[in-house]
Order: sequence, then C-alpha cells, then structure tokens
Amino acid sequence: MIAFWIILTGSLVAISSGLLGSFLILRKMSMIGDAISHAVLPGIVIAFLISGNREPLSMLLGAGLFGLLSTFIIEYLHKKAKLQTDAAIGVTFTLLFAVGIILISVFAGKVDIDQDCVLYGEIAYVPIDLWILDTGTIMGPRPVYILSIVLVLVVLFITTGYKYLKISTFDPAFATAVGISTSLWHYLLMGAVSITTVASFESVGAILVVAFLIGLPATAYLLTDSLKKMLIITIVLGVLISFFGYWLAYWLNASIAGSMTVVLGIFFATAFIFASNTGILAKKLKSKKDVIAI
Amino acid sequence: MNEDITDPILEVHDLTVSYSRKPVLWDIDFSLPKGCIAGIIGPNGAGKSTLIKSIMGVIPSSSGYIKVFGQTLDAVRGRVSYVPQRESVDWDFPASVLDVVLMGRYGKLGLLKNTNKQDKKIALECLEKVGLQDYTKRQISQLSGGQQQRVFLARALAQEADLYLMDEPFAGVDAATEKAIIEILRDMASNNKTIIVVHHDLQSVVNYFDWVILINMRLVASGPTQEVFNNKLIQEAYGGKLTLLTEIGNILEKREIPPREK
Amino acid sequence: MDDLITFFSFSDPNIRYVVFGSILLAASSAIVGCFTLLKKKALVGDAVAHSVLPGVCMAFLFTGTKNISFLICGAFFTGWMSLLLIDYIVAHSKIKKDAAIGLVLSVFFGIGIVLLTFIQQSGNASQSGLDSFIFGKAAALVGSDLITFGLIAIILLIVVSVFFKSLTLVSFDENFAKSLGFPVRGLDMLLTTLTVLAVVTGITAVGVVLMAAMLITPGAAARYWTDNIRTMVIIAAIFGAISGILGAYISYVAPSMPTGPWMVVASSFIALVSFFLAPKKGILAKWVSNNRNKTIMREENTLKAFFHLGERDGDFTVPRSMAILANKRRMGEKQLRKSLVTLRSKGFVQEAEGHWMLTETGMQNAARIIKLHRLWELYLTNYMHIAPDHVHDDAETIEHIITPEIENELELLLGYPGNDPHKQKIPRL
Repeated sequence: MIAFWIILTGSLVAISSGLLGSFLILRKMSMIGDAISHAVLPGIVIAFLISGNREPLSMLLGAGLFGLLSTFIIEYLHKKAKLQTDAAIGVTFTLLFAVGIILISVFAGKVDIDQDCVLYGEIAYVPIDLWILDTGTIMGPRPVYILSIVLVLVVLFITTGYKYLKISTFDPAFATAVGISTSLWHYLLMGAVSITTVASFESVGAILVVAFLIGLPATAYLLTDSLKKMLIITIVLGVLISFFGYWLAYWLNASIAGSMTVVLGIFFATAFIFASNTGILAKKLKSKKDVIAI
Repeated sequence: MNEDITDPILEVHDLTVSYSRKPVLWDIDFSLPKGCIAGIIGPNGAGKSTLIKSIMGVIPSSSGYIKVFGQTLDAVRGRVSYVPQRESVDWDFPASVLDVVLMGRYGKLGLLKNTNKQDKKIALECLEKVGLQDYTKRQISQLSGGQQQRVFLARALAQEADLYLMDEPFAGVDAATEKAIIEILRDMASNNKTIIVVHHDLQSVVNYFDWVILINMRLVASGPTQEVFNNKLIQEAYGGKLTLLTEIGNILEKREIPPREK
Repeated sequence: MDDLITFFSFSDPNIRYVVFGSILLAASSAIVGCFTLLKKKALVGDAVAHSVLPGVCMAFLFTGTKNISFLICGAFFTGWMSLLLIDYIVAHSKIKKDAAIGLVLSVFFGIGIVLLTFIQQSGNASQSGLDSFIFGKAAALVGSDLITFGLIAIILLIVVSVFFKSLTLVSFDENFAKSLGFPVRGLDMLLTTLTVLAVVTGITAVGVVLMAAMLITPGAAARYWTDNIRTMVIIAAIFGAISGILGAYISYVAPSMPTGPWMVVASSFIALVSFFLAPKKGILAKWVSNNRNKTIMREENTLKAFFHLGERDGDFTVPRSMAILANKRRMGEKQLRKSLVTLRSKGFVQEAEGHWMLTETGMQNAARIIKLHRLWELYLTNYMHIAPDHVHDDAETIEHIITPEIENELELLLGYPGNDPHKQKIPRL
C-alpha cells in the first residue's frame, strides 16, 4: 500500500512536470524552468510559516507566485539593466534559493522543512501525511490530492491551449501575426510551471523536479516526431520511472526521488543509443548501409 | 518617387521603426494597389524584414500608422497572411508537414475550437497546390530547404487571406522550387490576391514583380517595376550614402533617446 | 558586538585561516567565472556544480576515507564528464544545449543523492562531513584541507594570469583567435578545467546548489563598473572576496547556519547595487541621463519659442510673457518656469517685470538649434526624399543631438543652403 501511494505520487509529479516541460524544452527555456523550481523556495517557506505547516491550496498558489515573480525579475534585469540572459537567470535564482535556505535555517523550529528535504524531498513520508476530515474519516495522503488537482489543472491548461501553445512555441512571429498574444501564453506557461514545482516540492524537492521538468520530456523528444506522441510518451515514461525508481530505492535503501532520477537517466541513455531515427545505433547502422550501397 | 493610388490595399504612413532604440526605418510612406506582386528591394541591413514585421505588428513602431483594406490590422487579421523567414523557426520541432499547414487555420478558430474535417481538406488542397501532397506525414526536419519553404507557403495559402507578406521566400531555395513558387504567386495574383515579397536578388526583380518598393532605411521609391526599377534609383538605394543617418541613429541608440519626442 | 570585534581583529589564527581560505576560494571562482560569463556559458558552471556530487560520493565509497585529495579527484572526474556529456548529447541528437544542461545537471545530481543517502544510512561514522559539501561550511576550512584548497586556488590564479591574454581573446572572438593560430580547443579545455577546479574548491564554502552564484554573480556585477576586462576580473575578485569574508563571519557567529547562502546573499546584494547604481551602465545612471536629456531638450525648446516668435514678428527684442511662451511650445507653466530660470542662470535670457527676452548669447544658441533643425529637415527631404510634412517631427528630436561635426557634414552635403523645406530661412552663424 505504501508503495502504491509513493509510486502514485511520483507519477503525478512526473506527469505534471513532464507535460509542461515538453513546451519548455521546445522553447529552449529549460534553464528558466530550472530557475523557477529554485526560486519558489522562499515562497514555500513563507507559506509554511503563515499557514502553520498546513498548506492550504491558496498558500501553494501564493508560493507559486514567487516562481512567476522570478521570471519578471529575470526579464527586468535583461531588458532594463541590459544584463545577459544567462547571468540574469543565474543571479536571480541563486539569490532567491539562498534566501529560502536562510529562512529555513532561521525558522528551523517553526517550519517542517529541513535542508535535505529541500534537495530531494521526502516522498517516503507521503503515505503517512494523511488528510483527515473533521468527521475523522481518513481520505488518504494529502499530497496525492494536491498533486491530483495540479495535474487536472495542467491537463486542462494544455488541452485548452494546445493549439496556441503549439503555434507560439513553433513560430512565435507567425503566432503574433495571426493575433495570438505570445507573451500571455508565455506567462501562463511559467505560472503553471511555478505551481507544479511548488506542489512537487514536498515529494521530490527543488532540484530533482528539474529531472522531471527537463529530462523526462527530453527522453520522449528523442523517441518521436509528433508533439502529441511526445506528450503521451512523457506520461507513460513518467509512470514507469516512478515505478522502477521506487523499487531501486527500496533495494539500495536510498533516496526515492534520487533513484527515480537515476532510472530516468537510464531510460534517457537507452533512448539516446537505440531510438529509431535519432539514436546513435541507428546512425551507425545507417552509415554502414550507405557504405555497403556504394 | 511614390505613386498615389486610389483604394490601396495597404497604406503605410510616416512609419518609423527602431530596433532596441536604434532607428532602422525612417518616415516610410507608400501605398500598394490590389492584385499586384510587389517586391521589397534593398541592400543588406536596409530594413526590409523590419518593414514587413512592423506592418504585421510583430515589431512595434515609433511613429506613423498602417492601414490594410482601409482599416487597422487588428480588424482584418483574418485577411492578411505572414510568411516569416525559414531560419526563424526550429525545424526539429516534432510536427509533420500537415501539422504545420493546419496551423494556418488557427487564426479562424479561436481558443476553444479545434481543427475539423473542413480544415483538413483545405490544408490538403494547399499542399497539393505546392506539390507536397505526398509528404503530409513527413517530419519537417527531414525536408529540404525548398520543401520547407513550400510548407510555409502552403500554410499561408491555408489562411485563405487576401494579402500575403513573405520574408525572403526565395532565399536558399533550389531553382525548381523557386520556379514553382513564382508560378503559384502569379496564379494567386490572377485571382486578385496581393502579394508582397522581401527579395534580395536584383537579377530576378523584373521577371517576378510588377511593383517595386526600393528601400534603404527610408523609402527610395515605390511604383510599377518599369518606372521604378532603373539604374538611377537602384544606385540611390544601394549607393551607401547613409553615413549621416547611421551616425545619428547610433547617437540615438547610445543615449537611449526615442526618435520621436512624445 | 564582541563577536564582531573578535572576528575582525583577526587575532585568532583559526579565524585568520578561515577568512583567508574563504577569500581565496571566492576570489578564484569569481575570476574564472568572468571568462565563462564572457563566453555566455554562465549556466554551464551550474551544471558542473551539480555534477560533482556523485564524484565526491564515489571517491568516498571507493577509498573509505574523507581524504580531501581523493574527494577532489572524484569531483573533478564527474565534473569534467558532465561537460563532455552535454556537448556529446547536443552534437549527436536533436536535443538543444539548454535541455542537455538541465538533463545532465539533474541526473548527475540524482545519482549523487542516491549515493549520499546510501552512504548516510549505511551508518558509516566518518561520512558526517560529506553533506557539508552540499550547503557549504566555511568553518570546515581548517588545517590540511585549507592548505589543499588554498593551493588549488593559488594555482588557478597563477594559470589565469599566465594565460590571461589568450583566454580573453578566446572568450571574446573564438573565430578570430583561431585565425590567428591560437590553440582554441586547448584553451577551451583549459577554461573548462579551471571551471571544474574552481567549482570543486568553491563548493566547500558555498555548497553545490549555490556554486553557480560564486561563478556568475561577482563577474556580472563587475561588468557594470568597467569596460576593461583586466579591471573587470580584479573587481570581480574583490566582490568575491567580500562575500567570502562575510561567509566566514557568519560561520563564526552562527556555527549551525550554512555559510553558502549568506555568501550568495552578500554577493547578490553587491550585484543588485551594481545593476542600479553603477555610473553610466546602472539603471539609475540611465534614468538620470534620460532626465537630463529631457531637461536640456526642454530648455532648448524654450529658446526656440523665443526665436519663432521673433521670426513671426520680425523683431527679436520684444519681451514675452510666460503665457505666450507656454502657448507657443505647448509647455506646462511649471516646466516653462524651471527652464527659464535655468536659462537665465546660464545667461541666455533675462527678465524684466515678469516678461522675458533673449540675451545676445541666448540668441546665438537659439539660432544654432533652429539652424540644426532646418538643416536636418532639408537633409531628410532633399537627400532622403522623405515627404516634407514628416520631417518636422524627426527634426524636433534630432536637432538636440547633432554634433558640430555632423553639422559641418550636413552643410557641406547640402551646399550651405539658405532655406529649409518650408521656405524658412536657415540662420547663418
């Protein structure tokens, strides 16, 4: 039963992050996704402080605003201070992350986060973090509910905005010419990434969420030429990674989130070597074929 | 020289456009009659791309206005099609040829509607017009330069617009594709569509365009090809007399002063 | 308060060591980081920082000791591997650079976390210091560790100064360097090695996650104070050193606090101050210069008002009321008054009984601006064939920025003209 909850949680995180991350990597904005996942930390700590560790959804949204705020700061530094983009990203997210760590340290007694948790989460505790109604009924692990809501929102966002996300990612100039507001969709995407990162934080921590945000869709990207299929493969791989990651952690007696990331790495390496058109193996075979043909 | 036209399809008035505070286009004025194939001609850095981008609203302008069909662009976006440069897009994007052409229909759909059978039918017809009917499922990264350009053209055709603006459609394209494209454009013009093309090759101007817009940071001339495309005016456009204008532009950029006082 | 004094008197040798070590680490990271910044590869340092964790853990597992040299070797190995892997992935698949960085960074870090947690719960007593690698603990820099790190930092500094010229050239224009016969690939590898070394040593002070800041932030800040790369590197080192001292101080007064975040906060604070307050490039400086431009334009426009009125009446000596002037230029009364007062202090106008008029020098100034305005209009209409009714608005701005050199060029080009496109006389000075 514990395994089920943990694998479910991991899957929810992987799918939400992976779906959004697909658009991030296609827009070449992976590092902004990375920045957002770090920048939300102070927001999360403050939310914990205010809500007394109970984290109602509204607090999560507030924390998510920090992520969106970081994108505004990065843009401001780039446009007004004329700072180069990579430096703007680096300065912003490290500062916000540092502030978050300091807050955790200072309020060590009052917040239920410790520094290790920040890095790789405490997904093992999910099954016992139960949502209990006033009547005493046990509904199940709280994070599962929160993540499920986030997943529903993410899926709604992507299905409703699919055409516009697709076109503003592929050809922003054409999209603008046709009358679509590319900046609106950009900020909606960043906001969604922000909220997902906050929700995933407890389970996998601030660093490893990047694996699901970037690494997972990158693997799917290698395996297909269709955006729709890429999203579906992301979902499937997400579940598989959660499953195998959990058992790897069980076997090694190590961090579950970390193990999931290791499994992701293995899946990526496999896809890289063996994938049909783009894999190394395929390329080597192809060049041999060409040689023989001559 | 600048021809005056009654009932122009496009009217550009006093257009000044800056790229990060540096004016690239100064006080451009011209209008275009319906049903012509017009070429925007000028040397590198003349602002040709910038011109059509600002007409489409992709780049903001510092002054002036643009009227399409006598109205603002926003009112008539459904009737105007824009074909950007090929290299502005990442061709590794996971999409098939048909996917890209269907994007041309998005403008007509709005947020909530999805593409339907009718849209698909139109997309396939457009692919047939450009000769890519056998490539519908092909991944766009596997296309040659010429084929990519045809996909872009098909997408534009799928928009079923009346005015088409194309940025360097003949750049880096094989001779057969170039021929095919110009045939399609002529066919469109005979159906009373108006086409504006940013073009870089002086040799083919007389052959391709019946209207020429010569620019180099400012309008040099705009009119029928045989009147405008002569040595004197070409010299003026390509002559490189712009040192003062460029110097002033640099000062404006450095001191971050907008070209028009508010 | 006592702590402050004790600390900064540096009487305690331990404090001296820690401060010295922190300064060395922070400064060497900042210096190396300048080059990655110039190459626009700043976030690669972030990837390296995350990637050294598995190397450190593996070294510990294999050797069973926390011998710093072994840990550094392990860190170096995986750090280098990560960069090679990123380039390989980009070169051999459709995955782009940014995604490759994010992928490698998180997977390597994940491997490191698995190893770390595996070590932690295997009950190995000597592993307790390992996690100081993650968040940094400047106070841990004592004894032999310090000597090792200090040595590496000094080697970094020496190598950078020896290869300074080449590194600068390659960071600025790789193709040009290649054409000159510089070993670009070798220098690239050198810079990579330096970066990995800087990261490996820096993370003991700052920790894995925030290492990127030690590389990027001081350099980014220094850039705003100078255009000279040598100066930039020195300023970056100083900024780094300041954050290093602060980190050591925090480590001293609050031993349970991680030092890394405080160093980053200090560094970022300096950076933000630089972004806002640096002369010329700072946001404030630009705002001030913008306002100054506007004020000068307003003053010159006021002078023009006098001139235009004078032209209209055929008499430049008529004293004008504020109302008439404000009406002519459509200026607000307050701004007009401010301009007039400044103009008076410069000796361009004089006042008598609430009415104003131009002085001799004021007249000359006004005429100059009018001249520039009309010259530019002529240039645009005659030379650029722009419609006469468009050029006025352009000239309204440009008249304020035409330099004397450009003025001469214009006159030459237009053949010392007498009238502008609107048939108004161009003042002869």
